[in-house]
Amino acid sequence: MKSIVIVDYGIGNILSVVRAFEYHNVTVKVTDSPPDVASADSLVLPGVGAFGDGMKGLRDKSLVEPIKEYCQKERPFLGICLGMQMMMDSSEEFKHNDGLGIIQGSVQKISNCGTDGTPHKIPHIGWNELIAHSGAEWKGTILNDMDPGTAMYFVHSFVSVPVDPVNCLADCNYDGLLLSSVVKKGNLYGCQFHPEKSGKAGLKIIDNFIRL
Amino acid sequence: MSNTNIRLIARLDLKAPNLVKGIQFEGLRKLGDPNLFARKYYDQGIDEIIYIDIVASLYERNSLVDIVKRTTGDVFIPITVGGGIRTADNVREILRAGADKVAINTAAIKKPELISDVANRFGAQCMVLSIQAKSIGNGKWEAYYDNGREKTGLDVVEWAKRGAELGAGEILLTSVDREGTAKGFDVDLIKAVSTSVPIPVIAGGGMGCPDDLVQAVNIGKADAVAMAHVLHYNKYSVNDIRKSVLESGVRTRRFET
Repeated sequence: MKSIVIVDYGIGNILSVVRAFEYHNVTVKVTDSPPDVASADSLVLPGVGAFGDGMKGLRDKSLVEPIKEYCQKERPFLGICLGMQMMMDSSEEFKHNDGLGIIQGSVQKISNCGTDGTPHKIPHIGWNELIAHSGAEWKGTILNDMDPGTAMYFVHSFVSVPVDPVNCLADCNYDGLLLSSVVKKGNLYGCQFHPEKSGKAGLKIIDNFIRL
Repeated sequence: MSNTNIRLIARLDLKAPNLVKGIQFEGLRKLGDPNLFARKYYDQGIDEIIYIDIVASLYERNSLVDIVKRTTGDVFIPITVGGGIRTADNVREILRAGADKVAINTAAIKKPELISDVANRFGAQCMVLSIQAKSIGNGKWEAYYDNGREKTGLDVVEWAKRGAELGAGEILLTSVDREGTAKGFDVDLIKAVSTSVPIPVIAGGGMGCPDDLVQAVNIGKADAVAMAHVLHYNKYSVNDIRKSVLESGVRTRRFET
């Protein structure tokens, strides 16, 4: 049976992520042990909350280097929400913080206005539809067999801005702003929404990830 | 006009281990196992679940935690839990049981710093400020607690603004006057709050039919709608509601059962 390692660094609602993987009959190991992380076959980095707290949580448990080491090989990795944001080089949330630097890019505050200048609510909370990033191919990725326009559950005030569009698989449209929603670099993936909270469509993404 | 999908939320009031429903929070009727109701609404395509423990005694806290844990086993949508949450430690316990957000009313009124404390420790996205509003005339509402029994002297709009400044990520706004009556939302209340705060507002209290929801969104500018009576008493299924809402032109997630 396939085994998934979920990183527990003291932040976020891990139980829901565990349950969503267990739903697909895989063995789930929740750990904060650096060797377990470095030697995993398939690694998931969940997380909600502030970027600085997330990185501090990883540093306090000496998990930054093991995660980077893990990501240098061709093994599957999934960062969820804050977990995706921490894959970037850095964030400007509250103050400058270094990220894991797995994908070149930064994390920025979502503009409090749509592209027509009308103020909108922050956080961006709710079900929003995935749109293929220009030129992106979903086949063979965690979005395999997903219909563009499938809605996922988002809750965030900051957004990842990858430097290279080749890393962008899907976005969502928040009043004209295109927010990066799925990133990819080889087998390393990040999703801004919560697949574990996005109903059957989210479970399908988790299944696709397990099958990588 | 925002392109955001309006969220359809099922609100389940608990007197553990049962789902209950009253009128204006009084005369509670037992309706059964909350997990079965949550599962049914999930299968029908509800966008979120809110559990509110309306007894909120420490004695019953364990059964609330059990209900939440069981729900996360087969319901894969966001879950908000409220009722009797007094400290950051209570929040941690509820989040670890699988909740995504906590709704806090009484403790936030007694100690507004709790809002900032929870937002800083767990993220603003999980800090839902719950406000029970009663009309006092002249387009004003007073915030209440203890299921609409205790006055606070706080003006609802001012309190909502303060809550947002302190770091709340969302407001769950319930009209005590309309709660359980199925007579429609207090649209003026929703509009007064929603247009005063930069964070999303969940409108609750009084939904009797899909058109009530449309009014709450189009006139009241609600970002999400909490419903109980209409679902619990099988007046409409989630699908019926979603279909009517889409037909009216209000944006909501498309869901195929």
